[in-house]
Amino acid sequence: MHFEFKVQGGDFVRAGNASSQVKKILKQLNVDSSVIKRIVVALYEGEVNIAAHAFNGVIYVDIDTERIIIKLDDNGPGIPDINLAMQPGYSTASPIVREMGFGAGMGLPNIKDNSDDFKITSEVGKGTCLEILVNLKVNQEGV
Amino acid sequence: MTVADIVKALDLRVFSGNEGLNQEVVGGYTSDLLSDVMGNADAGMVWVTLQTHINVMAIASLKELAAIILVKGLEPEVNTLQQSNSEGIPILGTNLQAFEITGKLYQLLNK
Repeated sequence: MHFEFKVQGGDFVRAGNASSQVKKILKQLNVDSSVIKRIVVALYEGEVNIAAHAFNGVIYVDIDTERIIIKLDDNGPGIPDINLAMQPGYSTASPIVREMGFGAGMGLPNIKDNSDDFKITSEVGKGTCLEILVNLKVNQEGV
Repeated sequence: MTVADIVKALDLRVFSGNEGLNQEVVGGYTSDLLSDVMGNADAGMVWVTLQTHINVMAIASLKELAAIILVKGLEPEVNTLQQSNSEGIPILGTNLQAFEITGKLYQLLNK
């Protein structure tokens, strides 16, 4: 199964839409609730990151019987130092975004912690791409 | 203990989401950082916060929280309230600040 969701930079009202849709789909597929929880946390953080930092982005979701692969590809400023961005507590979010309770520097670490495999690539001035893999069956490695 | 029991015991306002008042409450989480709640709160918890914008409902829905308590007399924004009604997750309110209402809620749930 393949799904795509568009995310607009700055649109916090719709942030969470993709997570909500994916959650519904995974429930219909009877995926274990502990696995759904991890996927939803990772995807929501990714959606918010696009809303908070990028101009726009597309979320590609592929689901088969074994796993879900989520690719979040954005057009945006990119990340100059990925190791720094991955550090818990580090954030470049604007004061307005922080006031909303986002931008605590927990997003990327939350995504990594809830993924079985996680890749991040970024090009300054172009954008950032996250690839999140989660095994759908419990008792696999990392679950 | 249900959300309605907590409303009664702690004298809370019910802004919206009345459909969810019979939901069972398993615990609570107090935080204004959305990623913190996203990462650490569990289903069936009551979330104490000062955040009033619509993203609190996205979190409450995704995490299947039992209810949200807004502190210090804060009120939900209109679209937050609408989302609460459509999701059936109650938004409650108190004039107390987070420390006080969390303390009372903790005592109530651990009786």
